[in-house]
Amino acid sequence: MKEFAFHRAASVADLPSGATIIAGGTNLLDLMKLEVMAPEALVDITRLDLDRIEPDGDGLRIGALVRNSDLAAHPTIRRHYPVLSRALLAGASGQLRNMATTGGNLMQRTRCPYFYDRRMPCNKREPGAGCSAIGGVTRNHAILGASEHCIATYPGDMAVALRALDAVVEIDGPSPRRVPLADFHLLPGDTPHVETVLQPGEIITAVILPAPVGGQQRYRKVRDRASYAFALVSVAAIIGMDGGRISHAALAFGGVAHKPWRNPEIEKLLTGQEPSDALFAEAAEILLQPAQGHGENQFKIPLLRRTLNATLRDTTGMEAQA
Amino acid sequence: MTRHLRVDGPNHDNRLDHMAQGVIGQPLNRLEGPLKVTGRATYAAEARPANMAYGVLVQASVPAGKVLEIGDAPGALAVIQDKRMIRYAAQGLDEKGPTSGPDRIEYMGQSIALVVAETFEAARHAAQNIVVRYKPEAVPVDPESVTPELPPKKQSAAGDVDKAMREAAFTLDQVWRTPSQMSAAMEPHAAIAEWDGDSVTIRAALQMLSSNRKQMADALGIRESKLRLLSPYVGGGFGSKLGINAEAVAAAIAAKELGRPVMVAMTRQQVFDLAHRRSETRQRIRLACDAAGRLNGIGHEVLVSNLPGSEFTEPVAQATPFTYQAAHRQVVHAVARIHRGCAGSVRAPGEAVGVTVFECAMDELAELAGIDPVELRLKNIPDVEPTTERPFSSHKLAEALREGAERFGWSGRRAPGQRLEGEWFIGMGMAAAVRVNMLQESRAKVTLVQDGTAIVETDMTDIGTGTYTILGQLAAEMLGLPTDRVEVRLGDTQFPPASGSGGSFGAASSGNSVFLACEEIRQQIAKAMGCDERDLTLQDGMARAGNVAKSLSELVDGTITGEGHLQPGKTEKSHRQATWGSHWAEVAVNRWTGEVRVRRMMGVFACGRVLNEKTARSQCLGGMTFGIGIALTEAMEHDPRDGHAVSRDLAEYHIPSHADVPSLDVHFLPERDAYVGPLQAKGLGELGICGAGAAVLNAIHNACGARVRDLPATPDKIIAGLEP
Repeated sequence: MKEFAFHRAASVADLPSGATIIAGGTNLLDLMKLEVMAPEALVDITRLDLDRIEPDGDGLRIGALVRNSDLAAHPTIRRHYPVLSRALLAGASGQLRNMATTGGNLMQRTRCPYFYDRRMPCNKREPGAGCSAIGGVTRNHAILGASEHCIATYPGDMAVALRALDAVVEIDGPSPRRVPLADFHLLPGDTPHVETVLQPGEIITAVILPAPVGGQQRYRKVRDRASYAFALVSVAAIIGMDGGRISHAALAFGGVAHKPWRNPEIEKLLTGQEPSDALFAEAAEILLQPAQGHGENQFKIPLLRRTLNATLRDTTGMEAQA
Repeated sequence: MTRHLRVDGPNHDNRLDHMAQGVIGQPLNRLEGPLKVTGRATYAAEARPANMAYGVLVQASVPAGKVLEIGDAPGALAVIQDKRMIRYAAQGLDEKGPTSGPDRIEYMGQSIALVVAETFEAARHAAQNIVVRYKPEAVPVDPESVTPELPPKKQSAAGDVDKAMREAAFTLDQVWRTPSQMSAAMEPHAAIAEWDGDSVTIRAALQMLSSNRKQMADALGIRESKLRLLSPYVGGGFGSKLGINAEAVAAAIAAKELGRPVMVAMTRQQVFDLAHRRSETRQRIRLACDAAGRLNGIGHEVLVSNLPGSEFTEPVAQATPFTYQAAHRQVVHAVARIHRGCAGSVRAPGEAVGVTVFECAMDELAELAGIDPVELRLKNIPDVEPTTERPFSSHKLAEALREGAERFGWSGRRAPGQRLEGEWFIGMGMAAAVRVNMLQESRAKVTLVQDGTAIVETDMTDIGTGTYTILGQLAAEMLGLPTDRVEVRLGDTQFPPASGSGGSFGAASSGNSVFLACEEIRQQIAKAMGCDERDLTLQDGMARAGNVAKSLSELVDGTITGEGHLQPGKTEKSHRQATWGSHWAEVAVNRWTGEVRVRRMMGVFACGRVLNEKTARSQCLGGMTFGIGIALTEAMEHDPRDGHAVSRDLAEYHIPSHADVPSLDVHFLPERDAYVGPLQAKGLGELGICGAGAAVLNAIHNACGARVRDLPATPDKIIAGLEP
């Protein structure tokens, strides 16, 4: 680990410029030990007053420092946004969830093993160095939205649920703003080292959830072991049913792209229709039309199709009738 | 006085059954448990000698070639390149140090130097940023890309398997693959070396101190008498600490050079690079049987890999020659010389993957022949070891199969794909368990003190297995003392040299030496009592013979010391020694996603005398859990271009999590094996692994019809075998 200066912030206004923010540190510390990240200075924000969950109009404002465990267990979340509770509890381990924060979780970096290995070229670590995942072990890599410069995935679960919930990220800084989660994470393109729209000097202060939409909510995560593993693929689903037809559909996908993935076309296709395997297959066809495997991770294409199908059968009540 | 025994013949005395204290076999808690849960059991990296410096290994970033130049390390005390530094770990029981000369690189991640600094963090920073100039070489890293060696000693054949295949009613000919696997012990490898003149003491994480001392002395170029190794507590080994590794050698060299104690602890990533991996395997199995399911041909052709010149070959088909009868047999072990990390012993080398795959093949043959899998195995149990015609020292496979089937409810198993609960297919599978049994030379010293306490001393290790407890129980039983009156001292080469912990031979080997030492003490007590030792009863600190009863304090003047020395002997050759059992699993397979959840699992095991029912059971629970890992989750992936280990931490290398492990049920069959020494106890540590994964894989097939022959059976491979 490279030596660094350490500062404990007393207020959002007190953030020193150029310092890397640390909250739970569950990802950052690992990366610092490996010197994949080697900040000159850290600013600890855990003393800031950002750990409340409070009403925001008809919705909810979740402070950036709310711990994953607390958020997952919060009665309002459990009741009105169960997809979020489920996604949180599908992530990491109890110990990590006790430390990890809402804002920090959005900033979680990829688990591409080549990003973690300084012996191997990586465009995220060193722009222009090349991508050694391409042609390497690609089991956990992207099938959607990747580029020739980077095929890494965003590894988190919470943000996938937030994407389905149309959450908004509240950012403080020189000019405070609110950014839809949909626009917060970026695709790799030719700048894979730029992962979010967060600018230097900015800090996530909260995540805003809109009014509850009800419906059947699931977070379905398929992984290589039953716990403490990153998603091979995941689906966050919110499905409303009315008179035997799908009245509302919001679907976001994890483990497949550099950001939580969403495709409004499949939601449009599903809305107003009676659930059927044929309909779900059509939705999967649209979702996966642009999908491209990179050797080992080719399986994610059929796996995502099957997982989407299972999730839709479940949330539309088809599975229970079978 | 030393009591020596070479196990040249049977021992039917079952002396432990006639002792009076009644503690042997009891499910006692670990003697050192409170120390471990309160942090007072200090592991290798936890000592803090004054003025200690910290070393971190520098690793090669090319898969092969030569180190031309190593740059400076600003902020470090020293950058040490010493030709005595080793390239990879010693293998278990080696008596020499492994290949030295770190300027020559044989695999990516190899240790090439050591950076020493005042803090671990500073040393790591320097080691990670040091600039190294190489002359790299292109080398093969894919075992299936080279022409393999066929070591003559690793091949065997009888009859003509091709002919048996041609003439059989039912045949199976399939290929399986298993990936590299890592021991993944909780405690990373670490050492602290401290010199006093020309003598060095090394606190290390090691499994086999007496051979480790030989390896280390050879590596350092010093006399064994100048070297003391301390490993009183070891946080798991699973084979990865059988031989010395780069960190301990480097620590000793650095400590000498700097004139101060030096600690070298591996990071988790370094463990994945530098500890032995289990070789990946490709296994072709051919089986030929008649219409009734009697095997007539068995072929087991194996491809494994290791570095050029490394002698270890994963003994994949080790149990194949004696598990089932067949007139025509062939075993092939081919070794691909490639430049992935060094391969060595990992959790039941051989059977862990060999029996697992073979038992999958048996399941497939049973289905082809329309015979129940349990029946197929029962029909093919040999009376004597095939080809050699040696008798078995004991044989409980049939009993383990029958009892297991009964206990597990095997008769409720249905045809594949017939049981669907919601989204989940449910199925049952089984497999035989078998593991070769070994003894190793082992010595111990036991001292009985006048106050009615005893001390056991041996350089045996307890790697989390329960050695402290069973050796304490043995001495307590033999000397008639409550277990809390016995102190067990382990893990110090100043004590008599023991077998060490490995190959499941630790408990029986070191246990027999303690038994012998206690017999010697009993002899001396009997002499003081004026009776024959066989007529002596020792219980709760009292000695009785006939009508005479005396307390030990009356009989012991100061202390009585006995030493025990066990050597394996003729029964190794005269009898085929093995442990036996059966594995049973019920799994759920998701019809859409291919996720597998093991719902329940059971093992029935026969391992001779059980010394402590609780620690023995724990060994089996661990083994069965490893079986789940082999079947479902564990894979060390190698980069296809340079062979380096890609999954290098416990988030990416998937040992089963708690959620992967259901309630596990363990049953022991009562057994006394007369050919394995006076304890009648055999090795157990590894039996629980051998075949366990096959029960899971066979259950997957029974659940959903998918046969996964490329392990582990992750969701991608399951869905490939499911309906679209």
